[in-house]
Amino acid sequence: MTDYSELTTREAFGKFLTELGGQDARIVVLDADLSRSTMTKYFARAYPERFIQCGLAEQNMVSIAAGLATCGRIPFASTFAVFASSRCFDQVRMSVAQPRTNVKIVSTHGGITVGEDGSSHQAIEDIALYCSLPNFNVVAPADSIETVEVIRAAALTEGPFYVRLGRSKTPVVYTSGCKFKLGKADILREGRDAAVIATGIMVYMAVNAADLLAKSGIKCRVLNMSSIKPIDRQAIDDASTETGAIVTAEEHLLHGGLGSIVAQVLASGTPAPLASLGIKDTYCKSGKPEELLAANGLTAEDIADAVKSVIARKK
Amino acid sequence: MTDYSIEELKGIARKLRRHVITMISSAGSGHPGGSLSAADIITALYFRTMRHNPDDPRWPDRDRFILSKGHAAPVLYAALAECGYFPLEWLTTLRKSGTCLQGHTDSTLTPGVDMSAGSLGQGLSVGIGMALAAKLDKKEYRTYVLLGDGECQEGQVWEAAMFAPNYKLDNLTAIVDYNGLQLDGFTHQIMDLEPFVEKWRAFKWEVIEIDGHDMQQVVGALQKSALVKGRPVVIVAKTVKGKGVSYMENNVDYHGKAPNKADTETALRELA
Repeated sequence: MTDYSELTTREAFGKFLTELGGQDARIVVLDADLSRSTMTKYFARAYPERFIQCGLAEQNMVSIAAGLATCGRIPFASTFAVFASSRCFDQVRMSVAQPRTNVKIVSTHGGITVGEDGSSHQAIEDIALYCSLPNFNVVAPADSIETVEVIRAAALTEGPFYVRLGRSKTPVVYTSGCKFKLGKADILREGRDAAVIATGIMVYMAVNAADLLAKSGIKCRVLNMSSIKPIDRQAIDDASTETGAIVTAEEHLLHGGLGSIVAQVLASGTPAPLASLGIKDTYCKSGKPEELLAANGLTAEDIADAVKSVIARKK
Repeated sequence: MTDYSIEELKGIARKLRRHVITMISSAGSGHPGGSLSAADIITALYFRTMRHNPDDPRWPDRDRFILSKGHAAPVLYAALAECGYFPLEWLTTLRKSGTCLQGHTDSTLTPGVDMSAGSLGQGLSVGIGMALAAKLDKKEYRTYVLLGDGECQEGQVWEAAMFAPNYKLDNLTAIVDYNGLQLDGFTHQIMDLEPFVEKWRAFKWEVIEIDGHDMQQVVGALQKSALVKGRPVVIVAKTVKGKGVSYMENNVDYHGKAPNKADTETALRELA
């Protein structure tokens, strides 16, 4: 058995997809000259006849995936998050979202923790773009363990999926297993003073922030909102009612991302003071992942400070 | 399908053209030019070439068809209705609120439509996916994709053109409805496609050139395309935009305009 906790999310994806491929012959995998980075290379090695190398042509890849899906195949198409979103957005819209074809887009290298490659390779708009599409499910797993469960759910659930994975090694949140349910938030820490709603790699930071806050007597709830669309409105509403102060954290632009979606849910349900952490309407620079997270206010300390600020705003 | 003679197919094509005029006139908008130029090709496909079953639109072994030039939807709808996929009465609901016949094809609404289209350049890639699925599933069905010539200005068409020969997709036939006009004018003035046939050959496709209004040639080319081994086939069909209606032929104004009442009567008289 593979120990997924030792892997990056993309490695976990590549290995588990290969495992799934052995169980379900309908699965086919497409890549656009990045299989050695997205880790679909494992599937390519195991099932060469079901691996479709598209070359550098993401638009063609997405439409081909849609054609395969209409014939009963379950296509997983992979590339970097920047290319999987903006490069082929119209193909995703016309061939996948609107006709609701059973295509799974799994991107890697999402967010700014791509690091040194710089802004061209740092996907910060992908979640907003995919959440804007009717019929799409959008998920950003917190770690490699949850990645496995998300990929399993994507394969088993009919309909379009966008799954966002990272490049670097992500600390494991789910040390003792994980039950992923599409459309459900997972409460990782209980608390009634405030709630942090986080997605992707920010979930680990949120847990650390809650531990930091506990030292000063603040009990902070932490929600893993890996399922961004559909979103768990009830969990947001409960967090707002029961804690009265909300912080969101994401490795993505604030516009159109988790923060915007949570704000919408809060405003139409039970409003509470809200602080949203994310990229602020700007492109980022080359640098080490941790440097970039710090420069953009996305550390555990930043989350802890934001929690204190929303608690102070409670009436 | 019934083995219609060439003369009978010509009659069906005329009937489809009449439907196109009636439908677009009733809708008050639509794309008559590109629907009329494709009428003979669509007729040959649906009434002669393709194995399909109107009683079972999702029959797994059916030949696939993608109308990549989705704006020619009226002529496809007319063919589907005449085949029996849905009642003929639906045709005049085209583009109207609540209809199953959207302005551009929608696979979620119309029986017999395998893929939505309307944003140009994507159909050949979708067809590649279907052709790949046939190879994987060891099925005999063939995939046909109809493109517009203007559409071939889209970059994705050439991504697909590069892909299909690399995967030796000899179960794929692309047909280009080369009517020489696009919304803004003549293709050779807007963005010249020539040398067109040479482009496809350079991309390693088998090319068949025909007159897209000569039913014998259309039927023959489709038949021949199924016999080519080891690579995909493109049929470059020279056509006339607005074919069959005198005032629409080669008239850029009728790319996307409905005829008025008097002009509708003239058109139907000419197509009688």
